Amino acid sequence: MTIDRNFPIGEPVLEVKNISLRFGGVKAITDSSFSVLKHEIKAIIGPNGAGKSSLLNCINGIYQPQEGSIAFKGEVLEKITPNLIAQKGISRTFQNLALFKRMSVLDNILVGRRLHMNSNFMQVAFQLPKARAEEKENLIKCEEIVDFLEIADIKNTPVGKLPYGLQKKVELGRALATEADFLMLDEPMAGMNVEEKREMCRFILKVNDELGTTMVLIEHDMGVVMDISDNVVVLDYGKIIADGPPDEVRANQEVIDAYLGVSHD
Amino acid sequence: MEQKVSNNNSFMGYTRSDLTNFLIAMILSFVAIPLVVQTDYWYSSILIPWLCLALAAIGQQIVMGYAGQLALGAAGFMAAGAFACFNLILRVPDIPFFVALGLSGLVAAAFGILFGLPSLRVRGIYLMVATLASQFFIVWMIDKFGWFKNYDTSGIITAQDIVILGKPFTSPLEMYLVILVVVTVLTILAVNMARGSTGRNWMAVRDMDIAAESMGISLLKTKLQAFAICAFYCGVAGALFAFTYLKSLEPVAFDIKLSFKILFMVILGGLGTISGAFIGAAFILLFPVLLNSVGNNVFHGAIDATIISSIEQVVFGVLIIVFMIYEPLGMAKLWGNIKQRFSRNK
Ligand SMILES: Nc1ncnc2c1ncn2[C@@H]1O[C@H](COP(=O)(O)OP(=O)(O)OP(=O)(O)O)[C@@H](O)[C@H]1O
Ligand SMILES: [Mg+2]
Repeated sequence: MTIDRNFPIGEPVLEVKNISLRFGGVKAITDSSFSVLKHEIKAIIGPNGAGKSSLLNCINGIYQPQEGSIAFKGEVLEKITPNLIAQKGISRTFQNLALFKRMSVLDNILVGRRLHMNSNFMQVAFQLPKARAEEKENLIKCEEIVDFLEIADIKNTPVGKLPYGLQKKVELGRALATEADFLMLDEPMAGMNVEEKREMCRFILKVNDELGTTMVLIEHDMGVVMDISDNVVVLDYGKIIADGPPDEVRANQEVIDAYLGVSHD
Repeated sequence: MEQKVSNNNSFMGYTRSDLTNFLIAMILSFVAIPLVVQTDYWYSSILIPWLCLALAAIGQQIVMGYAGQLALGAAGFMAAGAFACFNLILRVPDIPFFVALGLSGLVAAAFGILFGLPSLRVRGIYLMVATLASQFFIVWMIDKFGWFKNYDTSGIITAQDIVILGKPFTSPLEMYLVILVVVTVLTILAVNMARGSTGRNWMAVRDMDIAAESMGISLLKTKLQAFAICAFYCGVAGALFAFTYLKSLEPVAFDIKLSFKILFMVILGGLGTISGAFIGAAFILLFPVLLNSVGNNVFHGAIDATIISSIEQVVFGVLIIVFMIYEPLGMAKLWGNIKQRFSRNK
């Protein structure tokens, strides 16, 4: 499988070591370690409340784990904040949609270009050539993303007015606009019908294939996970109980007991 | 795709309808009004305060409508700007008026940053209470230290005349034109910021701060920037208000009531639109005038003035509640809807 890929799977880029996260008495994550390889699509699965989102939030700097370390591209990250992570080239989407509701689709995606726009407010206020050129350049990039995701017809609609499935797409678009080489998607296909899911998978695979973007995604649909991921991490009660290729994980007895056995499908 | 982009942007990122609107507004305000309106009353009691307060409302709009920070203290920043301008003209020999005005805005902006700091910790109603501190602190400071009032004990200090390039601008029409120039320039700058990346950063922070941060927007920088720019606009507005409308400098003119007035202008005019600042300011200013003249002309003074002013407050209160619930985008949005309906009927 690795043979015909544009970007063959490489060395670990993200290494999470012995992370523990507690909320008061609740242990969301317990002493968990895993790594993500360059250019791979890694799925994180597990029952509700297993700690999947918390794990992403730790990597993203929204939660501060009490113990453990996170290294990205060989560098151990101290004092992680969402801002720092964005600057390091990690982008993400959120489980419960975190779009800018009153802004248009295009404006939402343009915010994703934030780190590619350096004009200060004075340059913008006076519409100096630098600000105008930058705006135009980034607008073109965003129009490309809009076309890629096939949402050109709604690009001027405020996102709050869109149905859920389209909002999920816009959020992916915003993450793509950052041009981060590491994407974390928290349940990108939740609430979608089969067709929409298939479309979303196509986008994810295409981005991974054409740009080599490393992906970490949380997904409940086992069919999707088995189809598109290179490796799967299984979480249960905040602990990692399996980590490996989909087939291997599927055959793991502990996983079957904890997750697949339960009526989750 | 290149073409698509350049088609929408006929000139420097403005659409054709932007440009026609702008042209109409310019001809109306710079040519038609000065030619048609001859009575001083219209300038000194309506147009001048309207433009000044609309400018302050733009500031409030930036921090509240765009950046989503519920701040209450616009009048405090206005006081800072007014007294800064007074002192600059008093103490700096031959300082050009527009330089003094700009510096007054910057002084207010410094206060804006200072009193915007609570926004990094608290939000909503708590932030509103915290920003109220600016209101009280600035007015207290001016009252407390005689230096700011040039040790005047009478309580009312007359504002200096506006002199530009040796020519005094003292008639209502002349003052109106000075304000109009300032308001035009600052409005264009505000529109540019609001439509550009600066405004997107503000709105992103307003709509979903955690996602904004994850896209690389610094909450600290963005919020304080919005507070600073808000205070700058309020500061300039305050200086103009004192020098052209009040014609005097008294801290009590910049009380909490004025802050609330500006807040209501923004809510009624429509949060998150620059035009809403103008519409809201017009409504808040004109409605009492209208009510009074109805009271005088229709009921021939049969209704007591105190009743009229309570009617005014009841109507404002009801309108604010109605707008908050049914049309948070305010009158600017209503106006847009009406226009849309008309163009569809054509
Ligand atoms: N901010 C928080 N405060 C307190 N407890 C939290 C917080 N966030 C998560 N938790 C708890 O941590 C545990 C893990 O939650 P998390 O959202 O990471 O699960 P998940 O695997 O993403 O579940 P789901 O599949 O439902 O999204 C849960 O018990 C949850 O209640
Ligand atoms: Mg989750």
